[in-house]
Amino acid sequence: MEGDIGLWGVPLAILGGAIRVSTPFIFVSLGETITERSGRINLGLEGTLVFGAMAAYAIAVETGSPWIGVLAAMVAGAGFGLLHGWICSFPKVNDIAVGIALMLFGMGLAFFFGKPYIQPSAPNLPAIPLGDWSSLPQVRAALNVNVLFLVGAALALALWWAFKNTKIGLIVRVVGDSADAARAMGLSPNTVRLFATAAGGALAAIGGAYLSLYYPGSWNERLSSGQGLMAVALVIFARWNPLGCFAAALLFGGAGALGPALQSVGVTQGYYLFYAAPYVLTLIVMIAASSPGRALAGAPGELSITR
Amino acid sequence: MTDASISRRRLLQSSVAGAALGVIGAPFTARPARAAGATVGFIYVGPKDDFGYNQAHAEGANALRGIEGIQLVEEENVPESVDVQKTMESMVNLDGASLIFPTSFGYFDPHVIAVAKKFPDVQFRHCGGLWDKAKHPMNAGSYFGYINFGQYLNGVAAGHATKSKKIGFVAAKPIPQVLLNVNAFLLGARSVDPSITCQVIFTGEWSLAVKEAEATNALIDQGADVITCHVDGPKVVTQTAAGRGAFVCGYHASQAPLAPEKYLTGAEWNWATVYTMYAKHLLAGEPLPNFTRGGIADGFVKMSPLGPGVPDAGRKQFEATLDEIKKGGFSVFKGPLKDNKGNEVAAAGKAFPETAIELESMNYLVDGVRGSTS
Repeated sequence: MEGDIGLWGVPLAILGGAIRVSTPFIFVSLGETITERSGRINLGLEGTLVFGAMAAYAIAVETGSPWIGVLAAMVAGAGFGLLHGWICSFPKVNDIAVGIALMLFGMGLAFFFGKPYIQPSAPNLPAIPLGDWSSLPQVRAALNVNVLFLVGAALALALWWAFKNTKIGLIVRVVGDSADAARAMGLSPNTVRLFATAAGGALAAIGGAYLSLYYPGSWNERLSSGQGLMAVALVIFARWNPLGCFAAALLFGGAGALGPALQSVGVTQGYYLFYAAPYVLTLIVMIAASSPGRALAGAPGELSITR
Repeated sequence: MTDASISRRRLLQSSVAGAALGVIGAPFTARPARAAGATVGFIYVGPKDDFGYNQAHAEGANALRGIEGIQLVEEENVPESVDVQKTMESMVNLDGASLIFPTSFGYFDPHVIAVAKKFPDVQFRHCGGLWDKAKHPMNAGSYFGYINFGQYLNGVAAGHATKSKKIGFVAAKPIPQVLLNVNAFLLGARSVDPSITCQVIFTGEWSLAVKEAEATNALIDQGADVITCHVDGPKVVTQTAAGRGAFVCGYHASQAPLAPEKYLTGAEWNWATVYTMYAKHLLAGEPLPNFTRGGIADGFVKMSPLGPGVPDAGRKQFEATLDEIKKGGFSVFKGPLKDNKGNEVAAAGKAFPETAIELESMNYLVDGVRGSTS
């Protein structure tokens, strides 16, 4: 029967899932990488993501343009980042506690302002049909790649290069590894961290915009299922490396598609276990990659969890 | 025995303080007295405009606004945890609610039971059907509708619309109400063509937007061309399926505005009937029924108007089946019927009417449904 792909549906779903589901993880984890490389942890990105999703959806409904929505989300996300950076610039403020407060604040604010936008439909972000060469509708659907995914991939590469080769990259790394060395160079750690957190917030909000404007493509209070929090964990998993973040996000997205895909081909026993696959996989990779000799390799020296 | 003397002194101190608090607190803890009328509380697990479960309940609650003497208190996004107990207690203590509808399935055990025992003169009616006269407090109760008849009708429409003879169901959790719907959907489709199969995917939660979208995509990848669901907010499933070119049957509320071309029909709740009935009993001072059930004929459930994707033959069969259901005596589940593991669940000649209480403990998927309950 034409269009019946049977068991091939599983690898295809993992591929499609990796592309569809990973984008929010990519943006949030890249944003968090910038922030953490500067020596701060912003745990509030889940709130930023949810607020970004709401802001993008609301503005897209009002203006009719999803791109203006994404822009609005970035502005809002940068605002949250600035707020976090500003509060943390005071002495003896714990960045993790501020992050948790801002997470709840961002979600509450998003729920409050988002109420009137649950019902209306917003225009979606465009996707590029990279699967047109195939006659199978399943392949076409899996390779219908959203523009933001490609932007995320390019951004991961650019950040990886920039951290190594540019002056700004060096400044962020110095501030993150040793505030004293940065001060000796005439840099202000607080200012650098302020902007690094703002950039992180803006990126996280793009992740939210992807959720509300493309996949699954609607706004309500239950839209995020902890993607923002998981992405923060992915940064540690990826050892603060932007390319690692990209790979980890893909892995996580693909593993998340495993549960539904296996059920659709008839592997139905114990689906709750398959739904745990992304987390089990993360654990396995963490254990395999760990060694007593080089604990948390790549961690910025100024992070409050490593200091 | 210093320990004993200290503890005795402490005991005295604390009891004095307690008594003082009691005196001060008395006017506040006493239930607010109201001259006439009653306050009715509604608790939703999600947003009340979710195009789904909660919206259906909120629309029903809205019908009470027009009734004189009824005050409404509502709270949305209340998790199925100890949070709902706090919400119920504050509705009783602060708002003076005398009747509370905790509308989500997972609220009942242990939360509603615990709070109902604590406030014996407040009435609790839970949506979903777990109340048992022998085990649970008499000031609690349950109401539900035979919406599986609606899913059966969805299946009739789907059976006429499908070309691949594969239909798909995105389900939240394998509880009896969900299994009833999955099975009824397939049996409806099989009343059109007995070769139709239905693939079910359980997402494990009532509301997981990304997983629902993934499940919908996986079903369509496997060839399903009509999708329905039983999750709290069918918006994501509807939009994803229609975006992939599949037909959709709705659930809970009408999702027709989301996909006017692809929407076949839908099984919708009509809770206004139930809530108005309870409110009238309450105002008249009559005892509220503990166990309320109804179907399409009773106005508990209604169908969305048929969409353009249903062919003429389908319309005819749909209308005929609907009339038969309204007449009464129609059975969705009748023998000979096997589950999808080959066990017989109904012998030839045996038919379960919609009111059959056995159906509310359904724990199997019928033959033709691909999937597993665990």
